[in-house]
Amino acid sequence: MSAPSLLAPVLPLIATPWPEVPDLLLPALGETVRMVGLVMAIVVVLGGPLGLLIFNTSPVGLTPHRAVHVSISWIANLGRSLPFLVLMAAVIPVTRFVFDTTIGFKAAIIPMSIAGIAFFARLTEQAVREVPRDLVDVGVAAGASRWQIMSGIQLREALPGLAGGFTINLVAMIEYSAIAGAIGSGGIGYLAVNYGYRRFDDMIMIACIVVLIAIVQAIQFTGDRTVRALAH
Amino acid sequence: MIEISGLVKAYGPTTVLDGIELRVDDGRIAAVVGPSGAGKSTLARCVNLLERPTAGSVVVNGVDLAASSGRDLRRARLQIGTVFQSANLLRRLTAAQNVALPLRQQKVPDAEVRRRVAELLERVGMLHRANHYPSQLSGGQRQRIGIARSLALRPSVLLSDEATSGLDPDATRAILGLLTELRDDLGVTVLVITHEMDVVRSIADHVAHLDHGRIVEQGAVADVVRRSDSPLSSALLPMPPVVDVVGLATWRLRIEDATSPYWLAEVGRELGADVAVLAALVEEAGARPVGRLTVGLDPRLETATVRGSFARHGVVAEPAEPRELHAVPAPGREKEPAA
Repeated sequence: MSAPSLLAPVLPLIATPWPEVPDLLLPALGETVRMVGLVMAIVVVLGGPLGLLIFNTSPVGLTPHRAVHVSISWIANLGRSLPFLVLMAAVIPVTRFVFDTTIGFKAAIIPMSIAGIAFFARLTEQAVREVPRDLVDVGVAAGASRWQIMSGIQLREALPGLAGGFTINLVAMIEYSAIAGAIGSGGIGYLAVNYGYRRFDDMIMIACIVVLIAIVQAIQFTGDRTVRALAH
Repeated sequence: MIEISGLVKAYGPTTVLDGIELRVDDGRIAAVVGPSGAGKSTLARCVNLLERPTAGSVVVNGVDLAASSGRDLRRARLQIGTVFQSANLLRRLTAAQNVALPLRQQKVPDAEVRRRVAELLERVGMLHRANHYPSQLSGGQRQRIGIARSLALRPSVLLSDEATSGLDPDATRAILGLLTELRDDLGVTVLVITHEMDVVRSIADHVAHLDHGRIVEQGAVADVVRRSDSPLSSALLPMPPVVDVVGLATWRLRIEDATSPYWLAEVGRELGADVAVLAALVEEAGARPVGRLTVGLDPRLETATVRGSFARHGVVAEPAEPRELHAVPAPGREKEPAA
């Protein structure tokens, strides 16, 4: 027998009535979208170039450079080494230094960005690695600059792979945003933790679960369609 | 003009190219042939500096690419258009966008790009496929687009690295025709890397045989095919295998400088004998006929008489044992081990 039903007689008004669920859910959904959207913007802007740099300094890249490759690769691994909950706790001093707070929306942005950048860097590296070297040679032989080759050939040809990586990353960030609920980040995860878990509010819990499943399914569906549309 | 001298490429202790000397004059087509693993691809990649040579120079229009780097090298590369094996078209760009790529990279204005792309697609006969993606094109069509792209920046040198391998005979013929046409119309110098002897025979002015990283034989195609006892010559003009014909003496003939188109009939009349043609490959090289034939003659004819008669008509004749004829490699199948 589960805890909520055991405690049900003791705590009055334990479950939010259905008509009131949207009042809690919709603002939370908005917060999740805002948080994940901001983090994804940071992740793409910083993680993409980092992944491109990791690949192109590797022995098969445009400008192999062992020392640079090893160090940035190590940094990217660092961001992916810790379970998110541990990472969140570990970067608290940084968060405090930057935002002067360790809880809430702002506090969640930093650990989510760190994990996301490292993840997206690896996904970008992987996607660019899939571009045949012969296509890069086309640019080199035609006298293109490194920048032109990276943007016009590597990234452009890797676009389907990058879209797939973006989808995976986005889903991971939604998951992390829920974990960040533990530090009061706001959003669906916070709602699920505070109402669903701490107050045994089954209605909210179910609503959160349904919304999270729906979001992830929608993202994956859109992502798959995009990848197909980009590939020729 | 391309002038390669003293070119060495080594990967650690392995020397892949060893002292390559090769010169292609303006508006000529030179072919580098050789078996797989001879270093042909490495040579091609050294010419446009995709690989940096260990030693030696690669001079294109007076600029030594091997000694250039950075911006200078990038500028020098604009002089060389590269046609790659299997075309290497960007999969996510249409035919027209692929052709436009080098122009856009060189910041050519939009209107000029559009005009030039249309002109290039027209030239390679692919204007009607301008908006198709590579996956919607055949191998031969893709290679036409690849050639159009290689010409986008008006290079003076075209480097073709196995551009026709993997194409069917019709597509190969069309691509080779296109290369010759480009040479004639635009005066580009063409360096063709290939393992197909047919390619050399049909378009090259000059041929170099690369084996184990060295050029073992080279010269004008018209001269090379007339050489006797030259592996390159027999590879270029191979003799088809011959069946034994009972009661005939077999002779191997090599057209050196035929005195008249009717030399075979004239020799027959001179000898007062019928000549049975058992196998023959006669082509034109440098506006003169070249070729090899195996013929059967009455065995009672004197060797010296036969030889002398052919010699007077500019044809070298050697008596051949029928068994020996079977050992002659089949045409253009250089990779198969001799039986």
